[in-house]
Amino acid sequence: MDTIFVKFTKFGRVAAVAALAALTLTSCAANEGQAAGGTDSAASELTGTLVGGGASSQQSAQEAWVAAFQGMHADVTVEYDPAGSGAGRDTFIAGGSAFAGSDRAFRDEELAEDNFAACVPGTGLVELPAYISPIAVVFNLDGVDSLDLDPATIAGIFAGTITKWNDDAIVSQNPDAQLPDQAITPVHRADDSGTTENFTDYLNVTAPDVWSWEADGVWPDAVTGGEAAQQTSGVIDAVTTGTGTIGYADASRAGELGTVSVKVGEEYVPYSAEAAAAIVDASPAAEGRGEGDLAIELDRASTAAGVYPIVLISYLIGCTEYEDAESAKLVKEYFSYIVSEEGQQVSAEAAGSAPISSDIAEKSAAAIELIK
Amino acid sequence: MSSPAVARTESAPPSKPVQRLGDRIFSGSTLTAGALILATLAAVAAFLVLQSVPALTENPEDISIFTSGETFWTYVWPLIFGTLWASALALVMAVPVAIGIALFISHYAPRRLAQGLGYVVDLLAAVPSVVFGLWGANTLAPLVQPFYLWLTENLGWIPLFAPPASGTGRTILTAAVVLAVMILPIITALSREVFLQTPVLHEEAALALGATRWEMIRMTVLPFGRAGVVSAAMLGLGRALGETMAVAMVLSSSGIISFALLTSSNPSTIAANIALSFPEAYGLNVNVLIATGLMLFAITLAVNAIARYIINRRKEFSGAN
Repeated sequence: MDTIFVKFTKFGRVAAVAALAALTLTSCAANEGQAAGGTDSAASELTGTLVGGGASSQQSAQEAWVAAFQGMHADVTVEYDPAGSGAGRDTFIAGGSAFAGSDRAFRDEELAEDNFAACVPGTGLVELPAYISPIAVVFNLDGVDSLDLDPATIAGIFAGTITKWNDDAIVSQNPDAQLPDQAITPVHRADDSGTTENFTDYLNVTAPDVWSWEADGVWPDAVTGGEAAQQTSGVIDAVTTGTGTIGYADASRAGELGTVSVKVGEEYVPYSAEAAAAIVDASPAAEGRGEGDLAIELDRASTAAGVYPIVLISYLIGCTEYEDAESAKLVKEYFSYIVSEEGQQVSAEAAGSAPISSDIAEKSAAAIELIK
Repeated sequence: MSSPAVARTESAPPSKPVQRLGDRIFSGSTLTAGALILATLAAVAAFLVLQSVPALTENPEDISIFTSGETFWTYVWPLIFGTLWASALALVMAVPVAIGIALFISHYAPRRLAQGLGYVVDLLAAVPSVVFGLWGANTLAPLVQPFYLWLTENLGWIPLFAPPASGTGRTILTAAVVLAVMILPIITALSREVFLQTPVLHEEAALALGATRWEMIRMTVLPFGRAGVVSAAMLGLGRALGETMAVAMVLSSSGIISFALLTSSNPSTIAANIALSFPEAYGLNVNVLIATGLMLFAITLAVNAIARYIINRRKEFSGAN
């Protein structure tokens, strides 16, 4: 009898703790809603669930936006499924989500099909370049903090044609740096990623003679000699622990590693958030697009002053006119928050993205006004 | 408690076996457990086969994960090679060490030390594979890199050590070392148990004939434990074949077929490739990845069948006699 009694008390204690934890958690959530909801009484009339999905590059930013947005609107639930850009676009076309995050805008032929289930036919899309993530070329070399490199040299290093740190191509651009007679180990992503796609696009556009492979999320098999590492953290770890290593990764993760200043026109531009946002302003809009469609033809070969061309741009995609008025209201409010100064600040802190320029922000706000 | 039960069983007439409720419940539950494992296996196999069909029947041109001209078989073959190669390397390194540890614990170490050592080895099995992956990529790889460099410079004429050496040390040899550490505990624990089962009479007889301790082990313990060690190695191999996280984190893979151990271009493994490619896969690419999983399933099944065959062939040495 004794043991049974003891067991019961034990069980009771566990149950009590669990119940207490549940209570604390729920009360906590309720608090958040109330506190933030009070600040914006007009907007908090919004209710419902907004479902989106797509690019995993936006994941951290979306998580931060969702948390902040739900804080402002207690009765709204936003779900973002970071299933990947392709899956996100397919889900959006099929009507499974009200908005998509995608590392590229819809192509002309995809727009021409006009088969977006959630949208009123013939009304077009809203596409906003709302997430700009600079990609840094990072390296680990004793005694060297920064290097100036032109696109052909970067392409040569990653293609395996420049194999030593004291190669003439590197030395001639960095006369002051102490470059050792050491092998270069380029590190690339082992997994399919938007970072790789944008980086290889940059190499292909700016140095087509050296880098003849087309932009792809998967590192080309034909390139030999490089190291592969899993995800951004894997690349950073490999570059940090290796010797004479060089890699590319989201700029927010560069940390203490040396970074490359990239040659644009006649000058070398180090990575900065402003320079990364500037490339979007310096790039022309894609032709033949609707009023709300801010898709741009990213001009990586731009020679404009002070632009940093190795960036990942991820779009927010929604309908101009929704079949479902509730979705329209939610999307409009959510997009407005994201392109606002506050929203961009939130993602810059959470994901290290570069806030969009005021010019793009104005255009985006105008595009969002079209949503109904 | 036991004596009345025994008495009752004895009192029953031998011609008519008594079916007691407890017996029926117990046999029923074991039957359910046995059937459940079969059903689970069948469900997994059915899922793999059904999901794999599109990857094999659709036009390879429509599947974006393939580079142009590639088919499913040319895609999966380097992965199968990498899986078997990494696992074989791990096994080659782990089995001798495991037998050594097991013999030390069972026949050489003082009893107190043996217990402690056995506990430490078992503890290795409880370390999550992500931790092994982190250790392999961030600690082991930089540590062995200078050694790899030396090997390629001085023994580079051996095809296994062909240059150029990896700059980070994240090669298939490092991955195999991590795998070897991961499968060490299971092989050691099983071998130790088998060695302890050696009939004491055999051992004493060998010693009485004037054998040294090593000769005694060679004559009695090793032949007796051979089947057990083989099955232990096969269990370890099963884990090495299916290991995902540690390999994905440690290995610098590039989808080629190469026996070179120290370069930065290494064949990937099926499980690691699925882990790396799945997050961004959609449509038919998912089916392709599941089809590679089916291949791994088939390989593991084959490995287990071979292990069974070896154990059955050596049945005369098993504990039964």
